[in-house]
Amino acid sequence: MKTFSVLRSPAVRDSLGIGVAVGAAGLAFGTAAVAAELSPAQAVFLSLFMFTGASQFALVGVIAGGGNLVAGALGALLLGARNTLYGLRLADVLGYRGTRRALAAHGVIDETTAVTLIQPDRASARTAFMTTYLVLGGFWVTTTLVGALATDRVDDIDAFGLDAVGPAIFLGLLWPRLREGGPRTWLIAGLGAGLALATTPFLPPGVPVLLAASAALLVFAGADDRSRGPEGEDHVEQGTSAGGTRSEEGRS
Amino acid sequence: MTLWIALIATAAGCYLLKYAGLAAPRRLLDNPWLRRFAMAVPLALLAALITVQALGDGQALHWDTARMAGVGAAVLALVLRAPFLLVVVAAAGTTAALRALGVA
Repeated sequence: MKTFSVLRSPAVRDSLGIGVAVGAAGLAFGTAAVAAELSPAQAVFLSLFMFTGASQFALVGVIAGGGNLVAGALGALLLGARNTLYGLRLADVLGYRGTRRALAAHGVIDETTAVTLIQPDRASARTAFMTTYLVLGGFWVTTTLVGALATDRVDDIDAFGLDAVGPAIFLGLLWPRLREGGPRTWLIAGLGAGLALATTPFLPPGVPVLLAASAALLVFAGADDRSRGPEGEDHVEQGTSAGGTRSEEGRS
Repeated sequence: MTLWIALIATAAGCYLLKYAGLAAPRRLLDNPWLRRFAMAVPLALLAALITVQALGDGQALHWDTARMAGVGAAVLALVLRAPFLLVVVAAAGTTAALRALGVA
């Protein structure tokens, strides 16, 4: 009866739910990858090893647009950098060291972080992390393969509306952030979109998206929604290379 | 072959970014500016990706009514708090249906 008691634990229940739901989106990735003329093997490789959805879609999107691979790779890495932040928050919660840490690192993504951080203690955090990681990962890779193989047999990708899948997925990722964010969140998103759109005719595909990342510098402009004083943290020098950035002076 | 190299290099980079977080000194997280900036970058990137993939065609900008209707359907589904998969299906389904009806 051990199986049943494990399935009843909230950590496992949360993990299974989110794992199945998001893992199914791998279908869309397999489709998008093959539509961009990757082979099914390449699509599965990305889901297995890159294993961070937004970056995968971004890279494949640039390849589909006939874009520069370096720009595509940089865009994917920039998007993947948020996983670094998740890792920082998870490090103490999970308390893994050595080999286990190196293995767990592969599973640090949006969903595993969200499920892990709401657990009350280390034991359930570890259970939640591993369950979400394995369930979601398993589904993600499998459905990528299914989507890729199915799309490989389709002649006219556009007839199935698959070109609308990419924007829909990014909207799905952006939406919760917009809903919870304030005016500045909308401003950053709007500026990012505007920058990318305005520079698309002049720059190689992939580069406008990289350029749009500079819209994030708006977080440094003004000081209206600063919640607490920046006392005592002087480890990171804010770059002031981008014009118009008012970084906080007098604190290092 | 070049493509494989790009895929492997990007995958390796993404792994290192994840590992760096788990292994880095935790005090980095205490810097509110760094934290806020790191959360703002995906915002700008995702918004840029949406517009470029919806309206771009290589280096040209191109209005595709069927595709934009699919994007609109995705927004509607999100407003109605539909699950992720339904959002994607609504977008592709709307675009496919309009194309079948002859909308360019």
